[in-house]
Amino acid sequence: MTMQLTVWTYEGPPHVGAMRVATGMQGLHYVLHAPQGDTYADLLFTMIERRDRRPPVTYTTFAARDLGGDTAELFKTAARNAYDRFRPQAMIVGASCTGSLIQDDPGGLARALDLPIPVVTVDLPAYQRKENWGAAETFYQLVRALAGPSAPAPGSKRPERAAGARPRCNVLGPSALGFRHRDDVTEITGLLGRLGIDVNVTAPMGATPADLAQLGDADFNVVLYPEVAGQAASWLQRMFGQPSTRTIPIGVSATRDFIDEVATLAGVDATAVLAGCATRLPWYSRSVDSTYLTGKRVFIFGDTTHAVAAARIAADELGFKVVGLGTYSREFGREIRDAAKHYGIEPLITDDYLEVEANVAALQPELVLGTQMERHIAKRLGIPCAVISAPVHVQDFPARYAPQMGFEGANVIFDTWVHPLMMGLEEHLLAMFKDDFEFKDGALPSHLDVRDVAPMDVAPGAPAEPATEVDSVADAAVIWAADAEQELRKIPFFVRGKARRNTERFANENGVATITIETLYDAKAHYAR
Amino acid sequence: MNVRAQGCVTGSEIAPRTVRRENGQREVFCGLTGIVWLHRKIQDAFFLVVGSRTCAHLIQSAAGVMIFAEPRFATAIMEERDLAGLTDANDELDRIVTQLIARRPDVRLLFLVGSCPSEVIKLDLSRAALRLSRTFSPAVRILHYSGSGIETTFTQGEDACLASLVSVLPPAEANEDQLLIVGSLADVVEDQFVRMFEALGIARVQFLPPRKSTVLPAVGPKTRFLLAQPFLADTARALEDRGARRLAAPFPLGVEGTTAWLRAAADAFGVISTVFERVTAPYRARAERALVRYRETLSGRRIFLFPDSQLEIPLARFLARELSMQLIEVGTPYLHREHLAEELKLLPADVALTEGQDVDRQLDRCRGARPDLVVCGLGLANPLEAEGMTTKWSIELVFTPIQGYEQVGDLAELFTRPLVRRAKLVA
Repeated sequence: MTMQLTVWTYEGPPHVGAMRVATGMQGLHYVLHAPQGDTYADLLFTMIERRDRRPPVTYTTFAARDLGGDTAELFKTAARNAYDRFRPQAMIVGASCTGSLIQDDPGGLARALDLPIPVVTVDLPAYQRKENWGAAETFYQLVRALAGPSAPAPGSKRPERAAGARPRCNVLGPSALGFRHRDDVTEITGLLGRLGIDVNVTAPMGATPADLAQLGDADFNVVLYPEVAGQAASWLQRMFGQPSTRTIPIGVSATRDFIDEVATLAGVDATAVLAGCATRLPWYSRSVDSTYLTGKRVFIFGDTTHAVAAARIAADELGFKVVGLGTYSREFGREIRDAAKHYGIEPLITDDYLEVEANVAALQPELVLGTQMERHIAKRLGIPCAVISAPVHVQDFPARYAPQMGFEGANVIFDTWVHPLMMGLEEHLLAMFKDDFEFKDGALPSHLDVRDVAPMDVAPGAPAEPATEVDSVADAAVIWAADAEQELRKIPFFVRGKARRNTERFANENGVATITIETLYDAKAHYAR
Repeated sequence: MNVRAQGCVTGSEIAPRTVRRENGQREVFCGLTGIVWLHRKIQDAFFLVVGSRTCAHLIQSAAGVMIFAEPRFATAIMEERDLAGLTDANDELDRIVTQLIARRPDVRLLFLVGSCPSEVIKLDLSRAALRLSRTFSPAVRILHYSGSGIETTFTQGEDACLASLVSVLPPAEANEDQLLIVGSLADVVEDQFVRMFEALGIARVQFLPPRKSTVLPAVGPKTRFLLAQPFLADTARALEDRGARRLAAPFPLGVEGTTAWLRAAADAFGVISTVFERVTAPYRARAERALVRYRETLSGRRIFLFPDSQLEIPLARFLARELSMQLIEVGTPYLHREHLAEELKLLPADVALTEGQDVDRQLDRCRGARPDLVVCGLGLANPLEAEGMTTKWSIELVFTPIQGYEQVGDLAELFTRPLVRRAKLVA
C-alpha cells in the first residue's frame, strides 16, 4: 500500500517545516518553487501565531500555462526579485511537492544567478517525509552551510575556554509555530543565566544567518526540541566537538536532571540553583486537595518529546496512571516504544486521528493529554483534556507567559492539567445535587464547549449519558431491569457510561441475561482497581 | 513582473476601461478550498482529493478549524511509488475508494478531485471515475474535477465542480419553462429567493448545486439560468451546451444588485413590471433601511480590495454605489468580461481594476495609498494591521450569507465592523 487515505493530518508537508525555520529566523529568505495554492501556508503564521509580518517566503506560483514554457526562468526571476526586494543575508531555495515534480533544480538555478549571499538548497522529499523532518533537514542544511566554513580541522582539539570566562552554549530547536517555544526559550535562558552560563546563539528562533556562522563559539549545545535540532546538533558534535544535552527540561524531575546535565557540561556548580528552585508543583501535588488525582487514568499523545515528558510528569509528579502513550512522529518511534515499555503499555504510533480516537474510546481514560486533535476527541467523548503538543492552534499562543519548560513550566503544567479535572469534580457535585430544582440531569458539563458536544438530553426520562454512550456494548442482548437502570442513574454521569459498559460486558461474560442491581454491584466489584 | 495596461471595451455604451494585468506571485488559495463549503452544501457528497500532504494540510488550514466529526472530504495522499507507476496509482485509488465507500454508506456522490501533483503526473481521473462508476453505480455516482492550483484559483474550484455536475443533470421536459439558479448560496438565502420567485409568479425554480445529489435539477433548451456567483465560467458554458440560456444580470449583492438580478428573471419570465414593483418594493425598502446606519460609517472611506474570490467587482460596485465608499483599487484573480459586463457598466469609470496579482507590487501600491480599509486574504491581514491599516478578511465574504435583500445589512456590517472596532480600541 502506498496511497494513504487521510482525513486530517498532524503534520504538514516538509516545506512547511522549512518555513517554520525560515520564519523563526531573521534575515533569511526562502524562495519556493510552488503553485499558487501553496501560499495558504502563510496564514498558519499570520493567523495561528498572530505574526505581524508575512513569512519571508517568495512562491513562484507557476500555473498550468507556465508548464509548457519556462518554469525555470520563472524561478530565476522570482529569486532575483526576492533578493532585490528583501536583501536577505542568506537564502534557502527549494520546491514544494508539485514544484519537485517539474524537476527544475532550484539549487542549480539559484547558483546560476550568482547572488552575493549564501544560497542553501533544501531538497525535501515531499512524497516521503513530513513537516518536522523538513524543519530538521532545513536547519541542518543551514547550519552546515553557514557554520561549516569555520569548523576546525578534523582531529583537532577544541580550544580550552579562557580562564575566568563564563561557559557558553547554544540553545537549539525553537522555531516558528512551535508549541510554547517563545516562552520556553525565555525560561531556559533565564535558568542558564542563573547557572552562570551565557547563551551564544539561540536558533532557529531569532537567529540571523550571521549568528549561525558563530555556532561553533559555544562550548556545548542545549537541544530543546530534538524534532527540529537533533540532526544539526549531532553534526555540530561531530564537526566542532560540542556535546549536546539529552534531557528535555519539562517537569520538575526532568528540569532538575537537565540542570545537573548542563552543570556537568559547563563545569559549574548547580547546588544553589537546585536549592532555590521555585516550583509549586511538588507541594501542590502533595497537598490533600490533590488526593483525588491518585491513579487517574491518563492517555497521552503528541510529538515524542512532549509525550514522553508528559508521561513522566503524569506518573511521577502527579500520581496518575499512564494507560496510553503515543506519537505521530514515526522518526522518534524508538523513544516512544522505550517509554511505553517503562509504563507497561503498548505504544501507539500513528498519524491517523481516527485510530487515536478509537484507542481513547477503548482505553476510557479520565484525562487526555494531547494535541488540539485529541482535545476534540476528548470533547466528543466527554473526557477532560489538556493540550501538550503541536500541531498548534491559536490558543497555543496565549497572551500570558506560559512556558512548558523549567520550573515555571511545571507550575503552568500543574494548572493546565489539573483544572479540567477539578471541573470534573464540580460536575460530580452537580450530579449529587441533581434532584435539586436548580440542576437537571441532562445539563451539559460546564467545562465542555456546548457547540461541539451532542446534547445529552436525549429524551425525557431516558438515561442521560455523555457522548461515550455510542460505544456501549450495543450488540449484546442484555436487558436492564428497571430498578438497575434507576440505580445506574444515581452514578455521576461522567462515569456512568463506563459503568454501563462494564456492567454489560460483565453480564455478557457471565451469561447474565437481565441486569439487576446485584449485577451492577457485582460488576463494580469485579472491575474495582 | 510583467505589468501591462490594456484598454478593453466592456459595454457598448461605456468608455473603454483600463485593466492592469499582473503576472507575479499570487497570494491566493487554490480551487481545492471550495470543498470547505461545497461539502456542506451537497449533503450526501464526498470529496476525495487525489493529491499530496500539502493538499490535505491546505484544506484543514483553510477550514480554519479542526475536525469535529468525520468530515465528508479526505485526501488520498500519493507517495513515492504512486508517482513512479501510474498503474499502481490507479490500483491504489481503486482500493481507497472501495475502502471509503464501505466506510461511508451515507455517501451517494463521490467527487474525485484533481490536484497540482495529480495534474502534473497526468493521472487521468476521468478514466478513474468511469472505471469506478462501473463498480459502484447506481449506489454511488462518481464524478471528477480539478481543484488544482495550477488551473484554478480559490472559487474556480466550485466552477469546476459544478461544471462536472452539469454533465449528469437529467434532461428537462421539452416544453417546460424553468429557472435555474447557479452557484452555492446558503440554504437560508435560497429559501428567501424561492419565496420571492413564487411571489413573482415564477413557479419552477431549481438550484445548482442541489442540497441532495439524488434530486438533481433538470436542464434543457427551455431552461433559463441566473448566475448567483461571478466565478462560474465553465459551468455556464456547460449549461449553454445543454441548451440552457444565461440571463445577463449583475450579481445579487446589495439592493441594486439583487433588484437587477431578480428583474432579469422577471423580464425573462414575462412578469409585468407593476407586479415586480409591488412584490419587491417592501423588501427593497427594508434593505435600504438596514443600510442607513452603515452608510454613516462607510461613506467617503477609501477601500482597497486584493484579489481573492472574483466577488471583488460586484462588491466594489455595491460599496461604491450604495455606501458611497471610494474605490482605490479593485483586484480580481480573473475578470470574466462577459459575465461581469452588467457589473462593469455600473462601476465608476475611473476605478483602478487589476486582474491577476504580483503581491509585493500590490502591497507597495496599497501602502502608498493608505486606504481606510483593505480587503485581503488571511496571509496578509495581520501584517497589514501591524502596519496600521484596517483590514477585512476576504474569506468571510465567501463563507457568510451575503446575497439577497435580507443580507444587505449583514454585508455592509462586514465592512463596518473592522472600522468600528479600530475606533473603539484605545490601548
